[in-house]
Amino acid sequence: MTKSVQFKPASDQSLLVYFGRKVTLYAHERIRKLLCLLESQPIAGIRNLHPAYCSLLVVFDPLRLRHRELVTMLGDYLRRLGTVRLPTPRKLEIPTCYGGEFGPDLNEVARLHEMTPAEVVRLHSSVTYVVYFLGFVPGFAYLGGLPETLATPRLPSPRRSTPPGSVGIADNQTGVYPFATPGGWRLIGRTPIAMFRPDRNNMSFLTIGDRVSFTPISVAQFTALQTL
Amino acid sequence: MNSIQIQTAGLLTTVQDLGRDGFGPIGVSRSGAADPISLRLGNRLVGNIQSAAALEMTLFGGTFRFPEGAVVALTGSDFGASLADGNVDVGTSFEVRPGQTLRLGSTRSGARSYLCVRGGIAVPLFLASRSTHLLSGLGGLEGRPLRAGDVLPIGPATTPFRKRAVAPHIAERLAPGKVLRVTPGPQLSWFSESSRRCFFSSLYRIGEQSDRMGLRLEGAPISQRLRREMSTEGVSLGAVQVPPGGSPIILFVEQQTTGGYPKIANVISADLHSLGQLRPRDEIRFEKVSWEAAQSLLLEQEKLLASEESILE
Repeated sequence: MTKSVQFKPASDQSLLVYFGRKVTLYAHERIRKLLCLLESQPIAGIRNLHPAYCSLLVVFDPLRLRHRELVTMLGDYLRRLGTVRLPTPRKLEIPTCYGGEFGPDLNEVARLHEMTPAEVVRLHSSVTYVVYFLGFVPGFAYLGGLPETLATPRLPSPRRSTPPGSVGIADNQTGVYPFATPGGWRLIGRTPIAMFRPDRNNMSFLTIGDRVSFTPISVAQFTALQTL
Repeated sequence: MNSIQIQTAGLLTTVQDLGRDGFGPIGVSRSGAADPISLRLGNRLVGNIQSAAALEMTLFGGTFRFPEGAVVALTGSDFGASLADGNVDVGTSFEVRPGQTLRLGSTRSGARSYLCVRGGIAVPLFLASRSTHLLSGLGGLEGRPLRAGDVLPIGPATTPFRKRAVAPHIAERLAPGKVLRVTPGPQLSWFSESSRRCFFSSLYRIGEQSDRMGLRLEGAPISQRLRREMSTEGVSLGAVQVPPGGSPIILFVEQQTTGGYPKIANVISADLHSLGQLRPRDEIRFEKVSWEAAQSLLLEQEKLLASEESILE
């Protein structure tokens, strides 16, 4: 069970656990299972966990743990992954107003793929995505499952600031910017939904493992939803 | 509740404690004091727990009025602080009388100064910490830098005032350095022998664009041996990542939680506080150490910090 897993020290207080090198749903579920186990049965001295596509970074207190000890302890957890039942994924919709001032890169993405902007919108909103992990900034979900024909490289130079709620594409991933941060993803639309709400119990609108789809909405609907 | 009135805020002043752990799965990084050693020493000087929240000032300090008075200490870099009755020393605790104003100016040494107050800065906890995370506008005082007119609550004092000072020989041994010791990064083998040699032999300058998210380095560019496809992965504090342009970036306290650039090295835990005192245009270099050395340097540092003799009464 632990054969496909590799460990690599990332710093004197962190360890990377790699579940292969390919982005697969299988690796994703194993990461979630390990995360689940470590959250329900915490190891003393672990400070933080950063899941990603095919890895989990484990940050620990270097005064309490060493890499070798941690590898041994994690080995035990990894052998028990089979016993973990993941909850049925939630299904969520992200209403999105595509193009115009909300999606300044929509026309360029369409041009690069030799299709119309309407086709890009139809394709982007036609599939269900998986939240592989949250990273970068609070509430930023990395969504996998973008139709191959929409895969687009990042902007040659990132924007200094992207408006919160911007829906972007980078390579074969899509995602929503929760905050006005610098960003190199191509922006095709915007959602009125707040992706990170510090005043709520579930601060992040999305969580690892969710299934997500985008629903096209008009500017009027965007405005109406925003004032809710 | 006693309070601090911010008369001028300085260049960039925020509320910071030792940061928040455990929220990586929702993309929230640690934040916290850029120079945690100075924060911890400052809190010891005023009789607080080491993790109490204080004000972190950057390059140019503010002016603070204490209507009810306070017991305070300044640690970190010397920002030329004064009270009405004269200059005050860095690394000592002192009393501010009711209505007095503490003024700080421009730095005379490193990048950051900490104003620790007995009782701590009592802004509300957000995700178990009072630290400000500027990029996402969370924590601290409304998630933002302080500005003139702000009033901050001070927590209740639990200990009587004692004149304390950081022992000079301890201060010296805990002083920040400009040689950053590093362990190998997870993608070190992606860099050619000559790139590695260049990385470890070059002087790098801290770029003007550096902030609490990351220190941008200027100097000899580092090229990768192979342009390998890198999958986004979790990144650790102090990671030295190398984007395609070849100018390294050291990920700092408000770091992104994941990233897609290869990491050539990682600053050791015992040197992370040094990062917090680096100013734009400062020159640094990297020195490779073993995992064992990284561990023992940290143990030694913690021993110094915890020792009775580090604080003189």
